[in-house]
Amino acid sequence: MTTLTNVNHDSDQHGAENHEHADHRLFGLATFLVADGMTFAGFFVAYLTFRAVNPLLPDAVYELELPLPTLNTVLLLVSSATFHRAGQALKRDQAEKCQRWLLLSAGLGLAFLVSQMVEYFTLPFGLTDNLYASTFYAVTGFHGLHVTLGALMILIVWWQSRSPGGRITSQNPFPLEAAELYWHFVDGIWVILFIIFYLL
Amino acid sequence: MTIAIPPTSNKKSDQLQPNGWLRYFSFSLDHKVIGLQYLVCGFIFYLIGGLLGSAIRVELASPISDFMARDVYNQVLTLHGTVMIFLWIVPVVNGAFGNYLIPFYVGARDMAFPRLNAVAFWMIPPAGLLLISSYFITGAAQSGWTAYPPLSLTTPAAGQILWILSVLFLGGSSIFGGINFIATILKLRRPGLKLMQLPMYCWAMLGTSILVVLSTPVLAGTLILLSFDIVVHTGFFNPGLGGNAVVYQHLFWFYSHPAVYIMVLPAFGLVSEILPVHCRKPLFGYTSMVYSIMAICVLGLVVWAHHMFTSGTPPWMRLFFTIATSFIAVPTGIKFFNWLATLWGGRISLNSAVLFSCGFIVNFVLGGITGVMLAQVPFDIHVHDTYFVVAHFHYVVYGGSVFVIFASIYHWYPKFTGRMLNENLGRFHFLLTFIGFNLCFAPQHWLGLNGMPRRVAEYDPQFTFINQLSSAGALLMAISTLPFLWNVVQSAFNGPIAGDNPWRALTPEWLTSSPPPVENWNGEAPLVTEPYGYGVPKEQLDKTGTSNSDHRSSGQ
Amino acid sequence: MSIPIAILTLVLGMVLVLGGLWIGQNVNLLPVDASANAPVYDELFRVLFSIGAILFLGILGLVVFSLIKFRRRPGQLGDGLALEGNLSLEVFWTAVPAVIVLFVGLYSFDIYDRMGGMVPLGHGAHDHQEMEMQQNIWGGIGSKAEELTTESNLAALPVEVTAMQYAFLFRYPRGDIISGELHVPVGQPVRLRMEAKDVIHAFWVPEFRIKQDVIPGQPTILSFTATKPGRYPIVCAELCGPYHGSMRSAVVVEEPTDYDTWFSNNAKTTVPEA
Repeated sequence: MTTLTNVNHDSDQHGAENHEHADHRLFGLATFLVADGMTFAGFFVAYLTFRAVNPLLPDAVYELELPLPTLNTVLLLVSSATFHRAGQALKRDQAEKCQRWLLLSAGLGLAFLVSQMVEYFTLPFGLTDNLYASTFYAVTGFHGLHVTLGALMILIVWWQSRSPGGRITSQNPFPLEAAELYWHFVDGIWVILFIIFYLL
Repeated sequence: MTIAIPPTSNKKSDQLQPNGWLRYFSFSLDHKVIGLQYLVCGFIFYLIGGLLGSAIRVELASPISDFMARDVYNQVLTLHGTVMIFLWIVPVVNGAFGNYLIPFYVGARDMAFPRLNAVAFWMIPPAGLLLISSYFITGAAQSGWTAYPPLSLTTPAAGQILWILSVLFLGGSSIFGGINFIATILKLRRPGLKLMQLPMYCWAMLGTSILVVLSTPVLAGTLILLSFDIVVHTGFFNPGLGGNAVVYQHLFWFYSHPAVYIMVLPAFGLVSEILPVHCRKPLFGYTSMVYSIMAICVLGLVVWAHHMFTSGTPPWMRLFFTIATSFIAVPTGIKFFNWLATLWGGRISLNSAVLFSCGFIVNFVLGGITGVMLAQVPFDIHVHDTYFVVAHFHYVVYGGSVFVIFASIYHWYPKFTGRMLNENLGRFHFLLTFIGFNLCFAPQHWLGLNGMPRRVAEYDPQFTFINQLSSAGALLMAISTLPFLWNVVQSAFNGPIAGDNPWRALTPEWLTSSPPPVENWNGEAPLVTEPYGYGVPKEQLDKTGTSNSDHRSSGQ
Repeated sequence: MSIPIAILTLVLGMVLVLGGLWIGQNVNLLPVDASANAPVYDELFRVLFSIGAILFLGILGLVVFSLIKFRRRPGQLGDGLALEGNLSLEVFWTAVPAVIVLFVGLYSFDIYDRMGGMVPLGHGAHDHQEMEMQQNIWGGIGSKAEELTTESNLAALPVEVTAMQYAFLFRYPRGDIISGELHVPVGQPVRLRMEAKDVIHAFWVPEFRIKQDVIPGQPTILSFTATKPGRYPIVCAELCGPYHGSMRSAVVVEEPTDYDTWFSNNAKTTVPEA
């Protein structure tokens, strides 16, 4: 019996996990996140360039308040920590604990989204008001899309990790690990975004 | 913990996927099927793009705008560029040959993510149809394949949006492909196979995929911002609304300069596979070839602003990008000298694959020389956005990549189909293509130097004759596809049976049947640690049939 | 009786280099040089063309020679020489192109400097600081070209260029002249301040060897000194819409007296001195 290849696409078992080794899938996901990060990098560089060479027109309104986004930063950072705990719980086969941490992470993510919405509706400028405003909404919106997807992923992972009958177990942790990697990435992007858009 | 199941146990699942020719129209997970899907799909788009290019040359046969309406002309040139780059060269040099060959080269039975692979391919036909149909439904985009704002914001919005959607799809497909190649090359190597034992095409694809993963997302983000500008009237790139049109150019070229290497690096890899086989010599300077690919990748990411020497760019930027761009010539030069050294002293069989590869070397050297010239700011200021650049670019992507695509088809056709192509028709195809190509594009250097800008439907009547010469070359290029098409179609049915390894090659794809079985090898994958182990030591050289008498007897 | 290979190679190399130099110096691919920086440009072109010709002919020759000399004869089934590399050879063809490229880069920067390209950007903004409060002026060939002319004591003639779909408009602030063609006197530096109304255009005069994008919302500066009287085309070089190909104008270079006549015939306001 040779183990020289891990791929066997012609097997008729369902589910990607039987076809692709978990390590490779995480590697693939990490590569994808590098690509995704480059999209953000492009946006950040565009914003910084606008700041450097395109001064805001005299009558344009562009002011950001700090308290709410700081709260948002804390929410996301805490959710990263709770997600990490969920992963550890799964490794120790503590399914219920894992689910609780997952729900908490999803809840924090959703709280972030609500808080972001509140910020959007209280800001004194709209999407097309001026260049900085447009960039702000485009980039935070794109990030918000990532958070939304991430929260959905966490909820799916939570649903799938219910025992008995759940498909995510300590033997098959890949979906949880993938969602966790993605979630940490989204949080990391937020921290950079927070520094560039709110602190600089 | 996953264990390869021997192919014999797959009877059941084989019924899930169609067999025979139908599988080429299915969501097949077999990397070889996907590779050929890429190739044929790309070639269909090449014919469409060629038709569009011919329309341009017909229009330019006379100095006035008489063949088609001016806005249609701009649609045609936009479609020509987009189709040729995103639907022909990028998918074929990466997707087609990459999918077919990379799993063989790393000793795997498929790519790392077969499903993702099939998804990546199946994003292409809809995106291509969307792009082409935009011409018939709403009128295609008119702002060139560069889509510079504010022009792209003022031309009809529907066509531009469809163009953006299509390019986003193609970019996504390209990223998925790139992720798959990186994972396959780095993670799926057969145990015992070291990185520095991989065939050169693996290195080229690794470098290319890194470029794809790092640069394509930036284009995607930029096009999303551009679509915002068009649809909801934000002002990112619209100076009328306080935006900055030059930032778009920076972001666009951050992808689109590496895109040139995405089109050309795999071609470098393919030539490195073809030449040693037909020269019966090892690839000269393997290690320096690998390092020069990596150097091209790194430098390729930091040279984009040489496309913007006449836009608003500060002097320090011009200095930096001139030096960086010029230095790409060094690793590129290493590769060319290594190929020349591979030819030197070989036993070169003058078949179509070799002729097209050597045509590539000659054309690309010219394109590279004009590239170094264009990198010089003062030189570029005169010829930027002129036919000189058009000529340079076509020497690089047509004279470079497309010649290699043809060389590769001649080289791997026996493996794809199990039958040989007609070599005489192939040589005839080469002759027509080489003459037609050079007749079409060499005169354009002069046109650019003397004052003809690119992307015009009408021009100064003093350039008429040279333009007609160029159009005649284009006609020859169009004709040259006919012997090729006849050759590949009729050889598929009537060509002589090739056998497993007609070229007596050493790389793993030849160490199986032609065409190969579903999981590439019946039994264990061969371990090929010396993919270029051709040649004999110097002492034995004279005994291998090159004695003087041989010379005379076959002196023709 | 056979000539040693080394000598043959040396002779061939010398013939190649001399041939390339001859081609570079004697094959003229460029139009008339009608501005002060055109001869400087042509000098760079000849150098690049010579180097390019040597390289291209050399490699073409090597490929053709190899294909003929080392082609496989009928019945030959043996392999070529098992030669996998040669360190000194590889170092040689890494070092030589690197040196050539470095030389070309430095040389072209010298040329660029002589054409006035290295003038700091702030230079342009300085003169009009009160007009453009915060706008950045991004320059092309800067105002240093003025120094190249013999009559460097002449002040630069300012012209404001407006590009729109599909025409150039030239405004002379000194006489409040608006013209569809650019009239300039021979020998006097001209300083164009360019801005586009709608989309990006590019101002190109092939005979002057200068080009600069004209960008909406971002003025650009271009300076030149015409040296030969005549009428030269101004071409838009950036795709700007369906009629891009017909967006052409002309620059009329006149002797100073003819220019003065044209100027006074068209000036709306009297100017103390031109």
